[in-house]
Amino acid sequence: MNDYILEMRGITKTFPGVRALDNVNFKVKRGEIHCLVGENGAGKSTLMKVLSGVYKFGSYSGDIVYDGEVQRFMSTKDSENAGIAIINQELALIPDLTIYENIFFGHEIMRPSGRTIDWNQTIVAAEKLLDKVRLDVNPSWKIRELGVGKQQLVEIAKALSKKAKLLILDEPTASLNENDSQNLLKLLRDLKEEGVTSIMISHRLKEVVNIADTITVLRDGATICSINGRDGKVEEGEIIKYMVGREIENVYPRREDVRHGDVALELRDWTVYDPSAERVILNHVSLKVHKGEVVGLSGLMGAGRTELALSVFGNNPHYKLLGGEIYVEGKRVRFKEPKDAMRAGIAYVSEDRKHNGLILIQDIKFNVTLPNLEAIENGVVVNANEEIIQVNKYKDSLNIKTPSIAQKVGNLSGGNQQKVQIAKWLFAEPKVLILDEPTRGIDVGAKYEIYTIINRLVSEGYSVIMISSDLPEVLGMSDHIYVMSEGTITGELSAEEANEHNVMRMATKTEEVCNE
Amino acid sequence: MNNTKMKKGGLGEEIKVLMKTRVRDYAMYIALAAIFIIFAACTGGAFLSPRNLTNLINQTGYIAVMAVAMTLVLIICEIDLSVGYMAGFLGAVAAIMMIRMGINMWIVIAAVLALGVFFGVMKGLIVTKMGVPAFVTTLAFEFIFRGLLSLITSESGTIPIGIDSFNAISNGFVPDIGDIAGMHSLSLVVGAAAIVLVVYFQIKRRKNMQHYHFDVLSKPMFAAKLIFMSVLIGVVAVILAQYRGLSWTIVIVAIVTLVYHFIMEKTRLGRYIYGIGGNSEAAALAGISVSRIRLLVFASMGLMTALGGILFASRLQSASTTAGAGFELDAIAACYIGGTSTSGGIGKVTNTIIGALVIMSLTNGLNLMGVGIAYQYVVKGIIFIIAVAFDVMNRK
Ligand SMILES: Nc1ncnc2c1ncn2[C@@H]1O[C@H](COP(=O)(O)OP(=O)(O)OP(=O)(O)O)[C@@H](O)[C@H]1O
Ligand SMILES: [Mg+2]
Repeated sequence: MNDYILEMRGITKTFPGVRALDNVNFKVKRGEIHCLVGENGAGKSTLMKVLSGVYKFGSYSGDIVYDGEVQRFMSTKDSENAGIAIINQELALIPDLTIYENIFFGHEIMRPSGRTIDWNQTIVAAEKLLDKVRLDVNPSWKIRELGVGKQQLVEIAKALSKKAKLLILDEPTASLNENDSQNLLKLLRDLKEEGVTSIMISHRLKEVVNIADTITVLRDGATICSINGRDGKVEEGEIIKYMVGREIENVYPRREDVRHGDVALELRDWTVYDPSAERVILNHVSLKVHKGEVVGLSGLMGAGRTELALSVFGNNPHYKLLGGEIYVEGKRVRFKEPKDAMRAGIAYVSEDRKHNGLILIQDIKFNVTLPNLEAIENGVVVNANEEIIQVNKYKDSLNIKTPSIAQKVGNLSGGNQQKVQIAKWLFAEPKVLILDEPTRGIDVGAKYEIYTIINRLVSEGYSVIMISSDLPEVLGMSDHIYVMSEGTITGELSAEEANEHNVMRMATKTEEVCNE
Repeated sequence: MNNTKMKKGGLGEEIKVLMKTRVRDYAMYIALAAIFIIFAACTGGAFLSPRNLTNLINQTGYIAVMAVAMTLVLIICEIDLSVGYMAGFLGAVAAIMMIRMGINMWIVIAAVLALGVFFGVMKGLIVTKMGVPAFVTTLAFEFIFRGLLSLITSESGTIPIGIDSFNAISNGFVPDIGDIAGMHSLSLVVGAAAIVLVVYFQIKRRKNMQHYHFDVLSKPMFAAKLIFMSVLIGVVAVILAQYRGLSWTIVIVAIVTLVYHFIMEKTRLGRYIYGIGGNSEAAALAGISVSRIRLLVFASMGLMTALGGILFASRLQSASTTAGAGFELDAIAACYIGGTSTSGGIGKVTNTIIGALVIMSLTNGLNLMGVGIAYQYVVKGIIFIIAVAFDVMNRK
């Protein structure tokens, strides 16, 4: 039976200076879960944007055959009408609208008169959809109040509301923790039972191997191969080989046993109140980071890890500090704004690169040097040549895929944007580097690079705090692990003691259990 | 500068790519050329006479300095709607201090500039510390300055300024160093020097970019660009030379533009301003004191508004009750026409100067054609919207 729901033939798409897709062929069977993998910048998102009409017909060459017909999508509206729904790498929900408003945004349920929106029906329908994606929230909550994991599910509910037959998910699990990811994957399987075909892009090869019926590998804008995933024989290593063209043996590079020095950063009884959420978001948090140490901060989404980092970094002026002290190298300090924290040698790499991390309309050079322009100043003048030399070094060592460092960051692929963000903070040369989800959306090869850099930093006496929802990563990289849940530290483990079990147990502990 | 990789498609291909990716940068030159051609035709050449063009350039001065500072304000996603009447008010303050109080002109200028900074800081504080949106704050200040201007000029009406050295700022010319073929040699010399400098820096920069393997314009395109720039400067210099040479206004505008250009392109402060405009959250997390820099930008706007007020009073040789009306629109339009992004983060002061020339050519040409001020407002409003719409559509 030749039942392909989708055939993309000879797709070529170029941007000024970049050939993102070069004669790509891509076939998807009806009712399967098809995973699309490849290095950062391989062209995965671009291919899906071509498919969904983000890049309209005529801006690429080649044919899209969907449901047996050649399609000419001029907009995402066209592809939606045909039953294709895309959930982009960067979520596209409107934070200040409610869940139900977001789900039906653009295709509102109207009253019989056809003039006004039927909100009652909308809410009922939204409830049904939320039920289907197993999201147990009130549909009248604002998107802003949801964590990324739940937002992701709302996106899927939105796609389902459009009666999608083909669902495209661009790195849906990148920002989810283990639980939420499993949840989502299970949902995809259920949808498959109902006949929905899914295309999923992911850098998490474990889940790819688990869920995929077929795996297609892209490299440098070309299809490398399609592997049948149902035989259960596919190994991660094999995919990696196709992706990067070589084998990567050890995911977490070993680092030399380093002597941990004095305490670089210490928090005592850090307690923070968030007036907008009207609750205490951090409750008597104490932790120590030594020189030359990687401290992992584990916990579920919403455990307060990002809030901890941000409140220490002095970013959010709205947070009310109810108590607690920060010590840097034994000296008590107070940070009014991020600048003070940076002066003291603390840097924070945001998990939200689009909003808090990067200036997308500026180029790579600009972004990388921004926090530490002093380093390349000649008197009062920023030394443009020195800037180019320095930034090129990071471009090479992190393998940032771009025609040049004068490329706008907004034009880079998601993973490469993340690398720019990391480069930026490495360039700032902090004593304590707080990395919030540093490898989100980054391919295996680049992850290895980033781990190697972390190791180099700590061997030079720097300290790293790594906030990560990727448990194996925390376990693989940390010397010491703190586990957080609901704004408190629920456990502290050394690298030897820690394993998935005890970390997960601590992460799901609730406050009453551990405080009394 | 140009990060577009050129395929081996030759010159035609390159021009096509440039038109696609950089059309926004060229649009203002096209607009300027179009305006010149239209007015030259409509006025039977009078528009292009050395006298009128010199006049046009001097007329552009006060808008140009305000527009330069406004560029920074717009880059950081703020706005200042009060600069019109503020300029008028400060001009009147200068007149009163000099004429009624008999204070020395230089002291007055320094005091008025300081007063401009003071008002700028005040607006800045309200915006950054109290969180009142700039749109609202400066709209309110527009009313306040309008009221203040009426107050201090109400008894006397228009205040004539009979001080030659003050009036020379906007009407006088730099003493000449001798004639060349009946033309004023100083402007020719300065023009020639400017061409040499521009060509030198452009070539140096291109060499440097090539050294670091950035994509650069192909040789013929680069040559075309250099020739275009040289001819432009040359023509302006010759025109000036044919009338009365280099005016003080040009000197002032050139200094202001160079200083701002230097700050924006070469210094940390400039980077911070672009950074805040591009993404203020990210800038704050990069350790930039966002509110301090916003304050600084408002202060600089205040300073340039004071300068604009002085230039305008000097140009009219008087201070009047309606001085400054609508300057804010001209200044903001100059920025947008010059390619400043309506969503912030992007803009160049050098291009703003071109934008200011476009706007003032319109004013000047319409005046020359005898079009009434009422129609001029309508025309400018339409041009303003076209410029912004063009910008928005181009950035999609
Ligand atoms: N708007 C654009 N302008 C210029 N280049 C672009 C643009 N969008 C994408 N590119 C380039 O096209 C290539 C493919 O990008 P794409 O986003 O498809 O990668 P990806 O496979 O999704 O990577 P990631 O895993 O990092 O998300 C990259 O080199 C990127 O820099
Ligand atoms: Mg992508």
